[in-house]
Amino acid sequence: MAKKAGKQTNGSRVEQFPAPTPAEVAALAVCASHGNKPDELLEIFHDLQHQLGYVPDATLPVIARALNRSRAEVYGVLTFYHEFRRQPAGKHVVKICRAEACQAMGTDALCEHAERSLHTRLGGTTADGMVTIEQVFCLGNCALSPAIMVGEKLYGKVDPKRFDEIIGGLEKEAAE
Amino acid sequence: MIKVFVPRDAAALSVGADEVAAAIVSEATIRKLDVEVVRNGSRGMLYLEPLVEVETAEGRVAYGPVAASDVAGLFEAGFLEGEAHALGHGLTEEIPYFKNQERLTFARCGITDPLSIEDYRKHGGFQGLTKALQMKPIDIVTEVTTSGLRGRGGAGFPTGIKWKTVHDLPAGEKYVACNADEGDSGTFADRMLMEGDPYCLIEGMTIAAIAGGAQKGYIYVRSEYPHSVHVLREAIEIARKANWLGDNIQGTNHSFDLFVRMGAGAYICGEETSMLESLEGKRGIVRYKPPIPAIEGLFGKPTIINNVMSFAAVPIIIDKGGEFYRDYGVGRSRGTLAFQIAGNVKQGGLVEKAFGVTTRQLIEDWGGGTATGRPVRAVQVGGPLGAYIPESKFDVPMDYEEFAKVDAMVGHGGLVVFDDTVDMAKQARFAMEFCAIESCGKCTPCRIGSTRGVEVIDKIIDNVDRDKNLALLEDLCVTMTDGSLCAMGGLTPFPVMSAVRGFPEDFHKPAPPANKFLADAAE
Repeated sequence: MAKKAGKQTNGSRVEQFPAPTPAEVAALAVCASHGNKPDELLEIFHDLQHQLGYVPDATLPVIARALNRSRAEVYGVLTFYHEFRRQPAGKHVVKICRAEACQAMGTDALCEHAERSLHTRLGGTTADGMVTIEQVFCLGNCALSPAIMVGEKLYGKVDPKRFDEIIGGLEKEAAE
Repeated sequence: MIKVFVPRDAAALSVGADEVAAAIVSEATIRKLDVEVVRNGSRGMLYLEPLVEVETAEGRVAYGPVAASDVAGLFEAGFLEGEAHALGHGLTEEIPYFKNQERLTFARCGITDPLSIEDYRKHGGFQGLTKALQMKPIDIVTEVTTSGLRGRGGAGFPTGIKWKTVHDLPAGEKYVACNADEGDSGTFADRMLMEGDPYCLIEGMTIAAIAGGAQKGYIYVRSEYPHSVHVLREAIEIARKANWLGDNIQGTNHSFDLFVRMGAGAYICGEETSMLESLEGKRGIVRYKPPIPAIEGLFGKPTIINNVMSFAAVPIIIDKGGEFYRDYGVGRSRGTLAFQIAGNVKQGGLVEKAFGVTTRQLIEDWGGGTATGRPVRAVQVGGPLGAYIPESKFDVPMDYEEFAKVDAMVGHGGLVVFDDTVDMAKQARFAMEFCAIESCGKCTPCRIGSTRGVEVIDKIIDNVDRDKNLALLEDLCVTMTDGSLCAMGGLTPFPVMSAVRGFPEDFHKPAPPANKFLADAAE
């Protein structure tokens, strides 16, 4: 009896092809929303990163198939652009501008302060997973330097004191 | 009803414009006053942001920089009637910083509600396009050629010639692409226009499409500018509904549609062929030229590629004529440029001025010197690939040719000011480091040269065979200039060599003490 049941299951397609993971489902939906057009690959990655917080490697074969591109091409695009991440980030991503205009107003000291106060390097995440700090080259706020961006919110004239207030605000928000 | 203007520009938001707007609304509610808060673009006086303006019978009166905590006091002082206050500056249009500019491209920016088509039309918007819809494409091209407009992205290539190339090719699938990948530090004019007057860019691109015979256009905006992306997408949607985009624009047989694409943090995508690759959903690897993009551009089709500032200059050129625009400027640099004063400067902001103005005028008359109050030591003009200019060259007029004569470039018109605490050897090292991080990797001089450049400069700083390494650095820079495929590797030597030549003392300091802790950590 048991043997017979086993045979039946083996014959079904469900067992040969494991159910797609939620990330793969999301990737397929995002591709479809862009008409599976290969020229919209950057937009697809943006949308996926917006939904999942990062672009999991497991979604790459799915995207490649949907867009009729090779996996190597899709992987190449993902890894070329600094904006896309292949690992989850902290709850808040804080980008600190390190370009010339901000250098003229002390961004090097600000970066050092951020690293020291959050106990992580640029590109790293705090131990509690709250904040990821990243370097970025120019946020277009060069007359109000140094500039940082938290999510989509831009801040100007950020000295170490204001930086602490902004980070403190994020922590307070999380506590509530 | 009293109109109060609080900018929605990202720079204004970065110093609390949203909080100020909310405070004004709530204070007005408490006092039972009929106040309408309009979210305009920025006037470009960024040192005064958030700049609050009140509409009075005499004109708009300015207050800034306003913090949310100042709002109650402003109401108390009677700012709604334009009364005096410690933060008051009188009539906005009379502030010298603003009054002494020549605003052609930015004529509307900061005055209108960026998304209101009625506002846009009331202030001369769509007049250029209305004319262009009735013109022969070749006449549009001629007008742009007459104006002397040159590519505002930095390279300064005559826009009319580019358009003529696309115009002269047989009809068929053609594109217009706008380079809004404003990655250069010290530049924010594109962002300010996209957020403050998006229809101006849409109008300019539509005129380009008529001239070149294109049906579709793309605006490639960097991902660091989410506010610009939102404003543009909304503006395009509104323009479509009002039939300024789409099929049979305003009942004519011209059709053109426009789409926004977002970059993803790659500086190199500001190079036009790299941008095309990125628009096609590929890695932003630079293409060989020829073929030039005007002949084989996006998806292999003829494409007009221009910077935001170039397209945005077109509506007024078509409206008022090429000669009107050409009458501004000097030599072969015609019209106006939106100079951006940034970095260590007291009064940072955007100054639209005819070519011919000097660096000194910009950083002293407008900028008011450094923010730290120390003497200015160097100004980097034209972005991370532009030269560092010492004080001795501050009186060279802003003109493409005059700047080239002193081994510098006007570029996009961005000025980053440094005070006397700057270490120019460190800045030279950064230029190479930046190139190493952002190189697309296609050509060897850029990809490997930049990494070797960082190492050589490190040796110079550490006083290891200093003279030999300075000679080696110069040789490396010649290789990068002559051998690189695009401006990334080709122009990185500009900031490096300008620092070495203009500030030699910084490359001959005693070596910094070796840091044992860091050396241990590296192992």
